[in-house]
Amino acid sequence: MGNWFNRKNIVSLLGIVLLYAVVQGLIVQDIMPPFYKLTLIQICIYIILATSLNLINGITGQFSIGHAGFMAIGAYVSAIITAIQHGPLILGLLAGAIVAALAGLLVGLPTLRLKGDYLAIATLGFGEIVRIIFLNTEYVGGAAGFTLPSKITWTWAFGLMALSVILMKNFVGSTHGRACISIRENEIAAESMGVNTTKYKVMAFTMGAFFAGLAGGIYANYFYIIQPMTFNFILSFNILVMVVLGGLGSMTGGIFGAIVMTLASALLAGVPEWRNVITAVLLVLMMIFKPTGIMGTKEFSLNFLGKKSDKNAASKN
Amino acid sequence: MGSGIVTQIFQQIVNGLSLGSIYALIALGYTMVYGIIKLINFAHGDIMMVGAYSGWFAITVLHLPFLPALLFSMVACALLGVLIERIAYKPLRNASRIAALITAIGVSLFLEYGGMLLLTAQVRTYPPVFPGTMYIVGGVYFKYGDIVMLITSFVLMALLHFTVQYTKVGKAMRAVSFDQEAALLMGINTNNIISFTFAIGSALAAAAGVLMGVYFNTIDPLMGIIPGLKAFVAAVLGGIGIIPGAMVGGLMLGLIESIVSGFGASTWRDAVAFLILILVLIVKPSGLFGKNVREKV
Repeated sequence: MGNWFNRKNIVSLLGIVLLYAVVQGLIVQDIMPPFYKLTLIQICIYIILATSLNLINGITGQFSIGHAGFMAIGAYVSAIITAIQHGPLILGLLAGAIVAALAGLLVGLPTLRLKGDYLAIATLGFGEIVRIIFLNTEYVGGAAGFTLPSKITWTWAFGLMALSVILMKNFVGSTHGRACISIRENEIAAESMGVNTTKYKVMAFTMGAFFAGLAGGIYANYFYIIQPMTFNFILSFNILVMVVLGGLGSMTGGIFGAIVMTLASALLAGVPEWRNVITAVLLVLMMIFKPTGIMGTKEFSLNFLGKKSDKNAASKN
Repeated sequence: MGSGIVTQIFQQIVNGLSLGSIYALIALGYTMVYGIIKLINFAHGDIMMVGAYSGWFAITVLHLPFLPALLFSMVACALLGVLIERIAYKPLRNASRIAALITAIGVSLFLEYGGMLLLTAQVRTYPPVFPGTMYIVGGVYFKYGDIVMLITSFVLMALLHFTVQYTKVGKAMRAVSFDQEAALLMGINTNNIISFTFAIGSALAAAAGVLMGVYFNTIDPLMGIIPGLKAFVAAVLGGIGIIPGAMVGGLMLGLIESIVSGFGASTWRDAVAFLILILVLIVKPSGLFGKNVREKV
């Protein structure tokens, strides 16, 4: 237990609490303009989406472009529970995430046998099927979508985001996470070393779907209205762009990508056509000149703090 | 009543074949590019959109008749295809497949939203190119446009088949797709052959775009997305990388869609297309015409 409370973790925790407190203070004091608050909550949602996609695409080296489908499942299931069944918010969010994870398991088991391009296309097809199913279901409002009360506050959004990121980061650092990385590096080698590749691929995929569902639930319970059109594959691509921009395989890179892209789209909100063109050009240029993204597979870390404490420990001896 | 159902079925088959021939034309481009550089060219559907717009431009602004307009847009898109290949895909020839795939998505988004920026999101109507004549054979309606469409597609497919099988360039294309390095060693200019493949694929997509504009009457900058994806489904269905597979896959997909619509479930037809895709990928990823390739370690 002792190593949990090293300097690195305490500093990270303090940083998270401080960030939360400052924004919460600004919101309570009514200093924060509503547009800023909206952008901040959007950033939280996209961080969860980007990190969870990174788990599948970056850490495990699979290629899924159907993330909007899982997000849609989470959004609709949680909306049904909170708005139609009048259940508590936390139950809605959890149920959305769990159903999305089940869908991930169901889709992942047969399709993860496919490699590269084929998997990409299968997940894209899955995302579109989910959207069309919601489009044709009158119970959830069909194409017009359905409205629900906005219950998500900054506290919820930030808390869930921090929790998700910590959980995913710990997964990557665990034995399972290392097995996933070994699949990314060389699937055949990993298999011959005794890694159950199918199991770990499905595990990462299901976990990614779980958090995408959670993000969908937060989205649905914040934005008043959900429509099937929102969850088209342009959204999947956008999440992918965030991950690629930040660096496939880098958790902090994904977070960075999500923040940069959300801020950029908020800044360019007045000229939506330009926004998408700029995104596209950026993506192509990035792939040509720096295909590993800004961070590559490296992590931004507070290791320098940890080293310092090691040094201190060493000097004491 | 019984004969009514039979006519209905035949009518759906006619509709399905005309729609399917468009899918087949787009699918050919996908399959050729995949066959030669193993890249899913996501921008292919958007090249079709550019083709539809250049056809529209040729007909309404330059007042060209149908055939010259078709040729105009095919040439324009062939150039665009080569340009895209040289700028965006060539630097990534030796990069990872995922990087190339992401680039293709980027090019696709660029064409879509660049088109929106340049041409506005406004839907444009295609001028009526063909007379609205209908031929009725045994209770089944054949529109003049349907017939022209089928003939155009089949002529183009026959031309393509001839080019690939019986000309020197076609032989070189097959060689490059079989083994790029060996082809290079045999003195084939692989870069030119790859560009040529993009040119042909894009020209076919442009033809499909013009036909689509004529068929549905309206065009908009995002029109390429769904037909592009479905043509990809068609290519996978027939076996990606295999030219006859794309033709058969396209026609089959068109038929399936129009039969689903005929059952009154037209809102579900996109879902059916993607369901077929997933089923094909799970059961036989190499497609109907594909051969199993063993992976060597």
